[in-house]
Amino acid sequence: MTSPGSFPQGEIRQISGSAFTLRGDDIDTDRIIPARFLKCVSFEALGDQVFADDRSELGGSHPFDQSAHAGASILVVNGNFGCGSSREHAPQALMRWGIRALVGISFAEIFHGNCLALGIPCATATPEQVLALQAAVEADPGRRWTLDLEGNTCREPQSGSWSISLDPGAREMLLTGRWDATSQLVARDAELRATMATLPYLNGF
Amino acid sequence: MSSGTLYDKVWDLHRVAELPGGSTQLFIGLHLIHEVTSPQAFAALEDKGLSVRCPERTVATVDHIVPTTSQARPFADPLAEEMLSTLERNCSRHGITLHGLGSGRQGIVHVIAPELGLTQPGMTVACGDSHTSTHGAFGAIAFGIGTSQVRDVLASQSLAMNKLKVRRIWVDNQLGSGVFAKDLILHVIRTLGVKAGVGHAYEFAGPAIESLSMEERMTLCNMAIEGGARCGYVNPDQVTIDYLAGRPGAPSGEAWDRAVAWWRSLVSDPDASFDDEVRFDAAAIAPTVTWGITPGQGIAVDESVPIPEQLEPSERPIAEEAYRYMDLTPGQPISGVPVDVCFIGSCTNGRLSDLQAAAAVARGRQVFPGIRAFVVPGSEQVARAAEAEGLDAVFRKAGFEWREPGCSMCLAMNPDRLEGRQISASSSNRNFKGRQGSASGRTLLMSPAMVAAAAVTGQVTDVRHLAALPAPA
Repeated sequence: MTSPGSFPQGEIRQISGSAFTLRGDDIDTDRIIPARFLKCVSFEALGDQVFADDRSELGGSHPFDQSAHAGASILVVNGNFGCGSSREHAPQALMRWGIRALVGISFAEIFHGNCLALGIPCATATPEQVLALQAAVEADPGRRWTLDLEGNTCREPQSGSWSISLDPGAREMLLTGRWDATSQLVARDAELRATMATLPYLNGF
Repeated sequence: MSSGTLYDKVWDLHRVAELPGGSTQLFIGLHLIHEVTSPQAFAALEDKGLSVRCPERTVATVDHIVPTTSQARPFADPLAEEMLSTLERNCSRHGITLHGLGSGRQGIVHVIAPELGLTQPGMTVACGDSHTSTHGAFGAIAFGIGTSQVRDVLASQSLAMNKLKVRRIWVDNQLGSGVFAKDLILHVIRTLGVKAGVGHAYEFAGPAIESLSMEERMTLCNMAIEGGARCGYVNPDQVTIDYLAGRPGAPSGEAWDRAVAWWRSLVSDPDASFDDEVRFDAAAIAPTVTWGITPGQGIAVDESVPIPEQLEPSERPIAEEAYRYMDLTPGQPISGVPVDVCFIGSCTNGRLSDLQAAAAVARGRQVFPGIRAFVVPGSEQVARAAEAEGLDAVFRKAGFEWREPGCSMCLAMNPDRLEGRQISASSSNRNFKGRQGSASGRTLLMSPAMVAAAAVTGQVTDVRHLAALPAPA
């Protein structure tokens, strides 16, 4: 496992780093982090365990095991990435391995929300764009890519620039640092109490 | 954009504020927690110096890691023991009700909350588990969340959420004999695909849905997430009201009458508008079995594993992977595929009616030689009710093991797991590679009745035809 650097904090405007690809649609969270690794009370050990069974099956040639990808922070994937179980352990494992951003054709909804809660953007592009991006990324693993959330691009000086998009709410939260939602939610307690006062099932119908 | 649907009504009732960035702060009426997705959330809460905002709206149980054989403490698995101890400590510290082992009320979280009358129409329900969609069966907005969101609900009894679109799944006619809600939802998912529902809540409606019992509605909504829909729901009606009457968490006396009136007012308006609608004919649905490595790879039991040419181009790569992993040949009939392990249980199909349906198949028959078959009731209450009817004796006599409640082999975070390349007939909800505890284990999803049919014949068998086969002497 590579040294992860510090975890996302505050305003997330762009992520720069090397990139690699993980091909295939419908990569589910049981593959990203098998259930036996969910038997933990902290997330700390998960970085080593990301894609444990897929990696074991490929005996060292899995993209997460290739030395050329060590230290990478941007992962380019295909469709419906992160489907299945809601386990936040999946983006936690990716993050603790070193991933700071994902680009793909589409993401499963709960996975997308879990990434956002960690400050990890999930950017999307059309299937044609993603396949072209994956080819460019694979052409030279050493290149340094930038996912620019303000400019909505994923680019590298020699490879080119691709338009990407983010869910507008997610993009706003990342840019402003409000992706860490707890304090915002806690702050509105007066409004919470007002809502509670109107709900029949909280007030004897 | 939808309007006038139950989803719209319940959403509007629970809106606390609009947050900068465009999401909505949504009050969570019922927060269910369990031992897997709560420890880090409580730790984060304490790191931030926060306490639980509404302990009285929070209910806990233990389900994923419990052994279904001996449940003596400490568990043999020290990690499992630590997780349960951590949950016990957290619930005690924060004044949260924990329905623990031996309490009489422990079980799979999505089984116990409904049976205790905690889940009610018009609520928002959240839990750190994707099958939280189950509770939508009551006309609630119920959805799974990740651990950081569990932290947020603990801290604020609310979440930052974006409103979903609403797709109505209208089902005409009635399911045939031997065809159940599990077959219906597998059929919906195979037809629409595993990601069609992303960004949507599914409203299940129509005569076939109205005829379903509450337990069948729970099976249906449970697997909405496998079709990509984070929420699935059924409008509340007399079936819902009759189910809730008298349950511990349900209102009583004068409040009951007011509650019933309010629940009825929540149903989607006759002129509600949906983002779109898809129609199905229940009468055309056969017992359905998944053959591959995603819940969308389902076929009728009298069909064959699809050949690539029958599939959309985008579905072919994963089909190729599935042929290889499952060791099935394109064009091979699914009926007759031999199985090794048969598992009846899970939040999808671990309720009393599921056990009754399976027992009806098992009665008078024997588990096929070499097959390991076991039944895991979804909760202590389900187990006691089943035992009162003698279902445990029916299963044991037929050669099934009768277990204690828990998630069991649905996801194998506990000792119940496949070994090597074993292939299971399973009443659970996911057939992903490695799901049931072996990195090369294979899963065929089907209804409990179909699992029982596989158990007594040793192979995938159309349960509708089983009656025509003689029971062994």
